[in-house]
Amino acid sequence: MRSAERGIQTTISESLPPLSTALWHHHHVLDLDDFTREEIEVVMDIADVMSEILQREVKRVPTLRGRTVVTMFYEPSTRTRASFELAAKSLSADTVSLDATRSSVAKGESLLDTLLTIQALGADIIVMRHQHSGAPYIAARHVKASIINAGDGWHAHPSQALLDIYTIRKHLGDLKDRKIAIIGDIMHSRVARSNIWGMTTMGAKVVLCGPPTLLSPGLKEFIAHCRPGQVTIETELENAIRDADVVMPLRLQIERQQSGLLPSLREYVQLYQINEEKLSIAKPHALVMHPGPMNEGIEISAGVARGAQSVIEEQVNNGVAVRMALLYLVAGGRGG
Amino acid sequence: MAKLLIYGGHIIDPVQGMDTIGDLLVKDDKIAAIGAAAVKKDTAGADIILDASGLTVCPGFIDLHCHLRQPGFEDAETIATGTLAAARGGFTTVCCMPNTQPPLDTKATVDYVRQVADSEGYVRVLPVGCITKGRKGVELVEMDELTKAGVIAFSDDGEPVASPRIMRLAMEYIRRLGLPVIDHCEDKDLSHDGVMNEGWVSARLGLKGIPAAAEEITVARDISLAALTGSRLHIAHVSTRGSVELIRHAKKKGIPITTEVTPHHLLLTEERVMGTDPDDHLSFYDTSAKVNPPLRTRDDISALIRGIKDGTIDAIATDHAPHTLVDKLCEFNIAAFGISGLETAFGCLMSLVHREEIDLTTLISLLTWRPAKVVGTRYGELGTLKPGCPADVTIFDPNREWVVDSRTFASKGKNTPFEGQLLRGKVMATISRGKIVYCDEVLKVRTK
Repeated sequence: MRSAERGIQTTISESLPPLSTALWHHHHVLDLDDFTREEIEVVMDIADVMSEILQREVKRVPTLRGRTVVTMFYEPSTRTRASFELAAKSLSADTVSLDATRSSVAKGESLLDTLLTIQALGADIIVMRHQHSGAPYIAARHVKASIINAGDGWHAHPSQALLDIYTIRKHLGDLKDRKIAIIGDIMHSRVARSNIWGMTTMGAKVVLCGPPTLLSPGLKEFIAHCRPGQVTIETELENAIRDADVVMPLRLQIERQQSGLLPSLREYVQLYQINEEKLSIAKPHALVMHPGPMNEGIEISAGVARGAQSVIEEQVNNGVAVRMALLYLVAGGRGG
Repeated sequence: MAKLLIYGGHIIDPVQGMDTIGDLLVKDDKIAAIGAAAVKKDTAGADIILDASGLTVCPGFIDLHCHLRQPGFEDAETIATGTLAAARGGFTTVCCMPNTQPPLDTKATVDYVRQVADSEGYVRVLPVGCITKGRKGVELVEMDELTKAGVIAFSDDGEPVASPRIMRLAMEYIRRLGLPVIDHCEDKDLSHDGVMNEGWVSARLGLKGIPAAAEEITVARDISLAALTGSRLHIAHVSTRGSVELIRHAKKKGIPITTEVTPHHLLLTEERVMGTDPDDHLSFYDTSAKVNPPLRTRDDISALIRGIKDGTIDAIATDHAPHTLVDKLCEFNIAAFGISGLETAFGCLMSLVHREEIDLTTLISLLTWRPAKVVGTRYGELGTLKPGCPADVTIFDPNREWVVDSRTFASKGKNTPFEGQLLRGKVMATISRGKIVYCDEVLKVRTK
């Protein structure tokens, strides 16, 4: 039995082709703000290889055997967590899953103490989701393990942005000069922020659109400082999606209305929901994307979510391959 | 009778219009003589002789705004450690804010602070009393009794009185006592759990911002109430261009208002939250730069400097806010607000002098006689070296370079955004009420 297992793994191991990682310089993946175009392309190329592995009958290579990947989630998450864990298992890493919403953390342990404990347990890579912006930066400052930010507060969600870019490339080839409209709650969206960096680095023109109360104060100045001329800010949906190549509505949390940011969900739906009629303003074959989880009937109509232009399920699928690529790269691009 | 002679220093005392090389003689806790020649005759009789040649001698600094944390938060600071930090920073008088536990809202707590300060303090401690009981913004404290107990002003500091009606009543009630209300101007409904300045950095980092308007709305309200009541108003740690403009306008109209600014608001911008090296992303979310009011923009700084130059700003106060390591070594959103500032204030401020943004005499005025005007004269005439005045003296080397190392702080609060920074200008000795409470080891002191 054991020898048979080993036999299978050897075969798989030989089938992972040599991958070029010379352009990769990151020990951590905290955001895409310090990624070059070449680095993003390295992720894309390796994700292609991983994607091929995921289509095999036995979806597993021994690349990270002996490495420990800890997922540490301070916020509930379904897809991101499952995606990272599947990615780690497909690379044969040992995975430990720490639900920080109900553990020593709930008993008042500080973030740093939890991190140091996980480090002492021998984590090589920590995949971290946290409700506060910047929490993974504390981790990266204080532990030796590689930190992959799986979403921090309103700040960043780099693996999501990379899988978005990956999915767009699959359909449209290059992102250069493509018009990508991100619609809705920009203020609270880590997905939007990471996509601003990643998509503009790939040459896309990004349009951020939402009601004025959901566009961050300071957003215009942020863009002027960091991405002048590459991002526009819009409050009128028609302007944002006219001739767009990609339309990406963001989840609208119902609490936003309750905290006074919106007069009503009804008015939000009237102004900003992506439905068939609104989608017709975009380019004929524009892609519809959504980082999930969706509120169907709020930011997106059920018809569009399931329509011919939707690549939402494909995003989830690509997510595993992209996260395998990230794990592979931060692990040093070598077997364990 | 103990005599202390400080000789050969460059004496600057703006109140006396003095800017000369000379000597200063202290007898017991009072200034006995000052000048170029008058003192020399007495040299032989001095018990302690301090060679101040090459150094500047000026009145002891007065800090209108600091947090000594005792009672209640002694793990962050005590009156002993805080006043030693003050001495090392050249401050001979510190006004301590009432947000202790229990807060300074009764005679008993004010008495406690004064007693501890008398027995353990290195410099003069002047307590500020609460405006309302428990700093809850509902009922006024017994202001007359607190005044008799020795408070020099009233403030709810970090929990500013939200109700304009209660604030008006407080100001009406205080008027007969002649003391100022000190207000930390922040409309908490508008700042709404913000953690840094609202602007491009908050948008970039995904942090909730505090708009300048949250401060300015309250500054404007307070100015209206000062005009209505005729009561003295002191605006704490002003941080925005709009606030400076409102205060300038109010002063022109003759409203009895004064204000202060902190060293960090004069020197750092919101970008400091991203660390000191823009290419080092690992230093993002630096909690040592989390402070309330938040670090603002270059434009605000230029307005603050202009406010200093035209006299709109009366004082520089540290808002020394020491915190324990665990209160800062955590997620930015939940980290405590505040900077441990007593020991870095002067060195930081001297960079403005070296860059010729303000002149040395102006800086000394903002640290001495002008804050003394806010404090009043119940504790003697502070902020000058006139003979007969309390012997509070600060001796500094305007050019001495040193590197900020929080491990050497006397303060328990190591939370400084200036860590590792090279500063030019250092306090060399501090004399509080006639006693040398701090003296740099390189200084030559002879004892008889």
